[in-house]
Amino acid sequence: MKYLEEYRDPKLAQQIANSIKGITTRPWTIMEICGGQTHAIIKYGIDELLPDKITLVHGPGCPVCVTPIEKIDIALQIAEKPDVIFCSFGDMLRVPGSEKDLFTVKANGADVRIVYSPLDTLKIAKNNPNKDVIFFGVGFETTAPTTAMAVYQARQLGLKNFSLLVSHVLVPPAMEALLSSPNNKVQGLLAAGHVCTVMGYTEYVPISEKYNVPIIVTGFEPLDILQGVYSCIKQLEEGRAEVENQYARVVRKEGNVPAQDLIRKVFRVIHQKWRGIGEISTSGLGLSEDYSEFDAEKKFAMEHYTAEEPSECLSGLVLQGAIKPHECPAFGTKCTPEKPLGAPMVSAEGACAAYHRYRKVEQEA
Amino acid sequence: MKDKKETNPDFGIACPIPIQQYPHIMAAHGGGGKLMHQLIQKMFVSTFKNPQLEMEHDGATFPVSNGKLAFSTDSYVISPLFFPGGDIGSLAVHGTVNDLAMCGARPLYLSAGFILEEGFPMETLWRIVQSMGNAAQKAKVNIVTGDTKVVEKGKGDGVFINTAGVGIIEHNRHIAPSEIRREDEIILSGDIGRHGIAIMAVREGLEFESTIESDNAPVADLVMQLLDADIEIHCMRDLTRGGLSSALIEIAEKAGRHIHIEERSIPVTSEVQGACEILGFDPLYVANEGRFIAFVSQENSKKALQIMRAHPLGKDASIIGNVTAEQKPLVTMTGKIGARRIIDMLSGEQLPRIC
Repeated sequence: MKYLEEYRDPKLAQQIANSIKGITTRPWTIMEICGGQTHAIIKYGIDELLPDKITLVHGPGCPVCVTPIEKIDIALQIAEKPDVIFCSFGDMLRVPGSEKDLFTVKANGADVRIVYSPLDTLKIAKNNPNKDVIFFGVGFETTAPTTAMAVYQARQLGLKNFSLLVSHVLVPPAMEALLSSPNNKVQGLLAAGHVCTVMGYTEYVPISEKYNVPIIVTGFEPLDILQGVYSCIKQLEEGRAEVENQYARVVRKEGNVPAQDLIRKVFRVIHQKWRGIGEISTSGLGLSEDYSEFDAEKKFAMEHYTAEEPSECLSGLVLQGAIKPHECPAFGTKCTPEKPLGAPMVSAEGACAAYHRYRKVEQEA
Repeated sequence: MKDKKETNPDFGIACPIPIQQYPHIMAAHGGGGKLMHQLIQKMFVSTFKNPQLEMEHDGATFPVSNGKLAFSTDSYVISPLFFPGGDIGSLAVHGTVNDLAMCGARPLYLSAGFILEEGFPMETLWRIVQSMGNAAQKAKVNIVTGDTKVVEKGKGDGVFINTAGVGIIEHNRHIAPSEIRREDEIILSGDIGRHGIAIMAVREGLEFESTIESDNAPVADLVMQLLDADIEIHCMRDLTRGGLSSALIEIAEKAGRHIHIEERSIPVTSEVQGACEILGFDPLYVANEGRFIAFVSQENSKKALQIMRAHPLGKDASIIGNVTAEQKPLVTMTGKIGARRIIDMLSGEQLPRIC
């Protein structure tokens, strides 16, 4: 298939892997930020093509995984209310809250719907004027513009029955939090290509300089990731630390400016709690003052709800690259896709889910 | 009142139930009285037409030769009722026909049970029944007995259909997961994932450049050709909801044997591949309704492949892997870039990803 098969070519993959081998003289630890990249690495076995000296650790870039447990609980409580239609991306439905997940409340009779675009929610709101229609806006900068567009259009259309439960997060503060940690082992970063499609990559330059790490804007296909690793190792071996764009077929330096403008119009930057990790300052998006009328937490008086995360779940360490999923004592025993302790076990971008799905038996052996 | 018969654009035959009088299913259509009798006679008996059904007895009787029978059942609760490449009626016939074929049986007789929701349009039921009649005729089976129930409005989803089927086994082969052997080759009868994506596209209003049609088809004729040619088939499985991966895992687990497949040899159309890429789905887990895998002895695999490729339903057949010497219940795959990974069963259905 055009624009896909080219990036999955086994001969080219081997060639790049050989080139990486050729330039690697020392051990290096690289983190891929995005959970989509983690899944590609595990699914295609990209890590197996790399020399032993290179360790890939998996980053926090799974939006479902880092959504705080409070937000999931709030989502569940709102969804259970009468005369509510609760809309979410499919990936959120299996994520465990304190006691249950959205699938459970759906099975108990709540009107929970999977949508493909936040804009679909507006149609639902228009067609159901007597119901409160809520969209669960989750994700990094990649999905923030479409959520913002839904809120923006809701105002244009005068939809009073639409509101947003928002849990959008930002990559650069998370990068800084990781790199400034005293336990940090990461020497180079593969940045998430699709986040940079929206945001560009100029905001990574000061981070790269401050922490002296190469940051490679990287795509999601096997050859993209291998090229990203190659560029990263080349910089590390040469003692350079720069921002480089491997995903130039999609990403421009300045990003998608109208999308950024829309994000700034609808949202404001807030301090945000990350599940398993804790609060990271200025790392999230909340509705701006001007659009606060669409805030579901205000509408349903849920702003002060708090909850505790299960202590057995080590997802925070997994999300920070400190341990691999199978090194968690609960992996595959107390925590499985059927009965997850944490979100990385159920999300399509979760590292635990990737290991469980593609490697489970081999880890046991 | 004079009956006005409306011509159905799909079949060119008028619905025989007086549409103006009864445009929708009413409780009385399942009540055992005149209306139910009329529905059975005009809708079902006239369409499925065969001596057993026309006996109008409580059940069907038929002679059996010496040998073994195969018996299978399945219920159909699909939404939407009509989709590109088929509808609930053809699906209900093909599904049970295929299950019988997977047992190595020649499908002969089906039963059809209808659970209808009050208010269901008569014309829609007529289209579904016509489609079942056509599908049964093409698959060379007779629908010989049936049942109709009507549930209150709001207590069903239009129409649910159950079919059960009987087939005859005319050979001495034992076809089952326990029979697979080391070095057996696995033949897949065609491209995968079309049914699941076709349904998904209609259900969710997704539009692609071209319409993806379900692979919904009866594979019994193709299976009979393999058996008639004395191909040493050890096991067969039709690929349904859990896709190719679930079928392979079920067999590996039942047989306690390791199965290895090659991703490059699995046919997937670029339309299905594209849709899967957009949604974050893996075609290995997407539903099919007209595809099966056959575990065939290595000596017979080339001949089996030739027979399959000569048949319209097997023209894209491909050898996708084999049974290895390892005695552990595991499915592995060499992926497109050459690395090996395990194929695991999903805990639920695939969900569209966020980004």
